[in-house]
Amino acid sequence: MKYLKYHPLIWIGTLAMKYLPLIWAGLTRKKLMTTFTLLSIVVAFLLFGLLQGVNSAFSRGVEGAHLDRLVVQGKVSMTDQLPEAYRQQIANVAGVTGLTFASWFGGYYQDTKNSIFSFAVDASTYFALFPEIHLPRNELDALVKTRTGAVIGRALADKYGWKIGDTIPIKSTIWTKTDGTADWSFQVVGVFTTPGDPGAEQRLFLNNDYFDEARSLNKGMVGWYSVRIDDPSHSTAISAAIDRLFANSDHETKTVTEKEFQQAFLKQIGDINFIVSSIVGAVFFALLFLTGNTMMQSVRERIPEFAVLKTLGYSDRAVLTLVVAEGLALSLTAAVLGLVGAAAAFPMLQDFVGVPSLPPAVVGQGLFYAVLLALVTALAPGLRVARLNIVDALAGR
Amino acid sequence: MSSAVSLVDVVKRYRRGKESVEVLHHLNLDIGEGEFVAIMGPSGSGKSTLLNLIGGLDRADSGAVTVAGHRIDQLSGGELTRWRAGNVGFIFQFYNLMPALSAAANVELPLLLLPLSRAQRRARVNAALEIVGLSDRARHKPSELSGGQQQRVAIARALVSDPPILVGDEPTGDLDRTTANEVLDLLRTLSQQFGKTVVMVTHDQKAADVATRQLHVDKGQLADSGRLS
Repeated sequence: MKYLKYHPLIWIGTLAMKYLPLIWAGLTRKKLMTTFTLLSIVVAFLLFGLLQGVNSAFSRGVEGAHLDRLVVQGKVSMTDQLPEAYRQQIANVAGVTGLTFASWFGGYYQDTKNSIFSFAVDASTYFALFPEIHLPRNELDALVKTRTGAVIGRALADKYGWKIGDTIPIKSTIWTKTDGTADWSFQVVGVFTTPGDPGAEQRLFLNNDYFDEARSLNKGMVGWYSVRIDDPSHSTAISAAIDRLFANSDHETKTVTEKEFQQAFLKQIGDINFIVSSIVGAVFFALLFLTGNTMMQSVRERIPEFAVLKTLGYSDRAVLTLVVAEGLALSLTAAVLGLVGAAAAFPMLQDFVGVPSLPPAVVGQGLFYAVLLALVTALAPGLRVARLNIVDALAGR
Repeated sequence: MSSAVSLVDVVKRYRRGKESVEVLHHLNLDIGEGEFVAIMGPSGSGKSTLLNLIGGLDRADSGAVTVAGHRIDQLSGGELTRWRAGNVGFIFQFYNLMPALSAAANVELPLLLLPLSRAQRRARVNAALEIVGLSDRARHKPSELSGGQQQRVAIARALVSDPPILVGDEPTGDLDRTTANEVLDLLRTLSQQFGKTVVMVTHDQKAADVATRQLHVDKGQLADSGRLS
């Protein structure tokens, strides 16, 4: 127990408490300036939390991509449809151990802003290839048996209050039916979960048989094939083998890994990572100058005070540490406030990003940037006071 | 009386542009423990430089500087900083208190460098404020205190770590006569009752008259020294 006080964290905590009044006095010397700087940093970290949180939520699907799955899509564009007749030929390729297909349905509920991530799938094979989708056996059987059936994610069910047995009207932005309307309706026969990836619970899967029969165009075509392979190290060879099968046909294919496919899918919305990185980068760059200027000005005005501290016996390192500690206190306080704000706002974005809370990795990343910001902006003024000549500083030279 | 301050053949030069100007010329000085010494002289005579050498704020170019038993001219930068923390208390003309800190927090500053508990620091701060007669102003900020009170807080800060030497650069220069006398009485008490060696630079003859010895510096040399009763 007596050695507890030598624990590094306790030592740092004790030291921080000891010098806290001095650090606080430095920060509150010009209250208005500190407040405005603090607010600027808070806003920057609020923006960072929201944007990076959204980016992280979008990237989650890509990061969770399985290495043993390939996607066979149209060569020219991923929106090109492929014949359902390719199915058997792909299944015969050496190394292929499982196969299913899907098509993007692109529906919305009541209003276009209520987008439903919906896919027409081959119910009897799709869920076997995607074991991360947890759908009770009896509900899968119900989907196979019910032509107008659909299974929905838990998050989607909670969002609209849908339950098994409900008939839900979905309007498609792409597919019209043979009757000329785009009004589709499905009977909910199951609710699935995707543990560890709540964003994936925003999806709806419907029966391809019903979809293909009812749609007015592209009958007998599918959006893409998903292929399970025997060994991820064979992915290049298997991809090439599949694409060779359909070379020079009317519907040439491009086989990619699941990760590449999901990245391309997200890029249809926009290169979110690039957009977020650009905005966050610009904000932090501006913040660097703002905070750096504040720190420099604050230290310049207190040169005589630092000279007095050095006169009293504070070492060069001690005054440098004080300045850096001030920067850390300002930056971390603002970052915590900004990230708390982002975390509070995140549930409101759930409809958009599908994740109910700010990912912890984003919080960690934010705090890391806060420390980095403090170090970069406080180092120059800190070194200035560390190198201060006491006699000159006291004389005002 | 043993020596608290001893300067032997001290030379100090400053660079002004390309020129090197010798401010102190082979100066010798001896101050006994518990003495209250006033250093006087015209502007530019080198009295503040002398005070800075005694206080370990500046270094001599040659000669030996021994203060409180330490050859401080031989100490490294870090050693000199640590030596100052334990051996010298500084009193400035314009008090130089931290405006955002209370009187007690200002007095506590030198103690933060020592391995003391919060309770020990508080006890020492209270004692120092008691000595300067400002116990009831502990929570006040410098802006809420008069000039004389601020200087007394500065004196409490100078003596809180119980250094054997107190150095003051015009400690009464910013005060009216009555308040200056109060501060000088306090310094004399610290010298006489607490055995502190007080070295003070002043332009004020009345302030110098309170000291037990007056030193006159002129053109970088000691002109004369008179020991008063």
